[in-house]
Amino acid sequence: MSALLAINNISCGYGNGFHIKDISFSLPEGSFAGIIGPNGSGKTTLFKGISGDLSLNSGSIIFDGKDLSSFSLREKAQQLSIVSQFIETPSITVEEYVMMGRMPYRKPFQFFDKTEDIAVAHHYMHLTNTFRLRNKLMTELSGGEQQMAGIASALCQKPRLLLLDEPTSHLDITHQMKFMNLIQKLNDELRLSVIMIVHDLTLAAEYCDYLVMMKDGRVFCKGTPEEVLTYEKIEKVYDTVVVVKINPVSGKPVVFPVSERRLRTFNQKNIK
Amino acid sequence: MNKKISWIFYVLLLITAVLGAATLSLSIGEIRIPLADIPRLLADKESMEFGVLTYIRIPRTLLGFAIGGSLSLAGAILQGIYRNPLVEPYTLGISGGASLGVTFAIVVGLHLLNILFLPLAGFIGAFVTIFFVYTLSIRKGALSVNRMLLIGVMVSFISSSMMMFLMSITAVENIHGIVFWIMGSLNESNTAMIRGMVSLSIVCLIIAYIFVMPLNALRLGEEKARHLGINSDISIRILFVITSLLTGACIAVAGIIGFVGLVVPHIVRLWVGSDYRIMLIASFLSGGTFLIVCDVLARTVISPNELPIGVITGIVGGIAFIILLSRSQKQSKLLKG
Repeated sequence: MSALLAINNISCGYGNGFHIKDISFSLPEGSFAGIIGPNGSGKTTLFKGISGDLSLNSGSIIFDGKDLSSFSLREKAQQLSIVSQFIETPSITVEEYVMMGRMPYRKPFQFFDKTEDIAVAHHYMHLTNTFRLRNKLMTELSGGEQQMAGIASALCQKPRLLLLDEPTSHLDITHQMKFMNLIQKLNDELRLSVIMIVHDLTLAAEYCDYLVMMKDGRVFCKGTPEEVLTYEKIEKVYDTVVVVKINPVSGKPVVFPVSERRLRTFNQKNIK
Repeated sequence: MNKKISWIFYVLLLITAVLGAATLSLSIGEIRIPLADIPRLLADKESMEFGVLTYIRIPRTLLGFAIGGSLSLAGAILQGIYRNPLVEPYTLGISGGASLGVTFAIVVGLHLLNILFLPLAGFIGAFVTIFFVYTLSIRKGALSVNRMLLIGVMVSFISSSMMMFLMSITAVENIHGIVFWIMGSLNESNTAMIRGMVSLSIVCLIIAYIFVMPLNALRLGEEKARHLGINSDISIRILFVITSLLTGACIAVAGIIGFVGLVVPHIVRLWVGSDYRIMLIASFLSGGTFLIVCDVLARTVISPNELPIGVITGIVGGIAFIILLSRSQKQSKLLKG
C-alpha cells in the first residue's frame, strides 16, 4: 500500500536556533496519527516543515507520490489544511470565516461567492454545529465554538490531510470529546487522514492508530499506541513517573501520572 | 444574497455623496453659482463663471476627489497588510521623506528654476524613504511587518529633525514657503498634474481590487493566508508599492494632508464591515467625498482667505476619531481591525 504522506529524513528549524533532525515516518491514507512529546521536543516545528512555513534543510516530504515542495501554495491548500491551537479571530462573522476555507478554489478575479461554495460552507457548518452561530462575530464565540468554526473552515478546503496543532488543550472535557469524536467521524466516513499534535497521552492512545513520540528534535519511537505508550518509554522521554493501564472499554493504554508524595508513601509501604 | 444588495446600496449611497459634495464644491466660493445654472454657464464660454468653473473649481474638485480617494485607499490597504489600526500612509515615514525632499529643494533654491521641481523633490523624497524602510525591513529574505513599522516611525523622526536643521540655517523667506507647502493645499493649476493624479488613483484602485481576496485572507494573519493558498509575500509587496505610489503622488501634488488615510478607512470599516470587496471601493469614495467637503470648508471658513486644508482634515478627522474611540461598545471592534 503506497503512503499518502511519506516523510523521509527531514531536518528543518529556525536559523541558528532549534532544529529537528532526521525525522522519518509514513502514513497510509485514512490514518489517524498523533505526534507526542514534551514541550520543546519539536512537534510544532515538524508541522511547520510539513506545511511549508519552514523550508527543509534536508530530506523530502512525498505527498501522494509527489514531492510536496513542487506543489503551489494553492495546490497544497487543496490537499492539506491546518488548524492551530489558537485561532486568529478577526471581527468577521462565523460564516465569513468558514467561507475563507473556499479560498483555494476561487478563480482569479472571482469577486463574488459561488452558490456552490456557500453550499459547501453551510454543509460543514451544519456538521460542526456552527450553523446556528453563522451571523455571530468570531470574537464573540467561546474557545470550543471557535475551534469548531476553525474545523469547518479547514474542511471547506476539502483536504485529504488535516493537521491539528493541539486543538483541544484549552477545552473542557465535554468540548474536548465533542471535538475528538467529530474528527474521528470525519476520519471514518470521509477517509480524511489526520495528524494531530497532542499533549494528553491518554487522549492520544484513545483516538490515534499511530503515534510518533519525539524527544529533543528527533523521533524517539513510533508505532501503535500499545507499542509507544509503555511506562519505560514515557518515563525516559518525559522524565516523570507514570503508571500505564489498559482502558477496560476500549482496550487502549491509559497513562496515570503519579505525584511525588504518593510515590514516596507507596514505596515506603511496599518496602515494609 | 442580501450581502450583494447591501453592498450595491452602499456604493450607490456613496456615489450620491460624491456627486453632492462635488455640486457643493462647484457652487460655493467667492462667486456663488447655483446648481441649476451650471449647465447653462458651461455652454456659455464667454461668461466669467465659465472661467471660474472650468479653470478653478472643476479641476480643484477633481483633484480633491482623487487625493482624498487615494489617501484613504492607501490607508485601507496598509491597515489590511499590517493588521494594525494605527497605520496610515504617513506612519511609514513617507510624508517625512517627502517633506524633507521639498525642504531641501527650497533651501537649495531649486524652485526658482522651475516650480515643478518642488513636487518632483517631494516625490523623490517619498520614494527614497520607502526604499530605505523597505530594504531595512527585509531580514533573511522575508519582510518583517513590525520592523517596517518601527523603522518607518524612526525615519519620520529623523527626517523631521533634518528638516528643522535645514530650516534653521536657511533664509527667513524660505521658511514661509516650506511651512506653506507642508500644510497642504488643493490649489494646483497644472492640468497635466491633475489629470495624472486622477488617472493614477483610478488605476491603483483597479490594481488593488485584483488583490482583494488576498487582503481578505490576510485578515486571518499572514501564515493562515499562506495555508489558504495565498502568496502573502508577493501580495504584500505589490500592495505596498501601490500605496507608496499613491502617497508619493498625493504629497507631490498637494503637500501633506493628514488624517484622511487614518480616519476614513476606520469609519468605513465600522460602517460596511471588514470585507475588502466593499471596503476598498467604499474607502475610496468616502475619502473623495471627505476631502471635497473639507476643501469647501477650508475655502469658506475665513473667506476671502483660505485655510490650509490640512488644518481642516486634522481637526475634523481627529475629533471624529476620538469620538469613535470613546464609544466603548465599538472600541473593541475598532482596535481589532
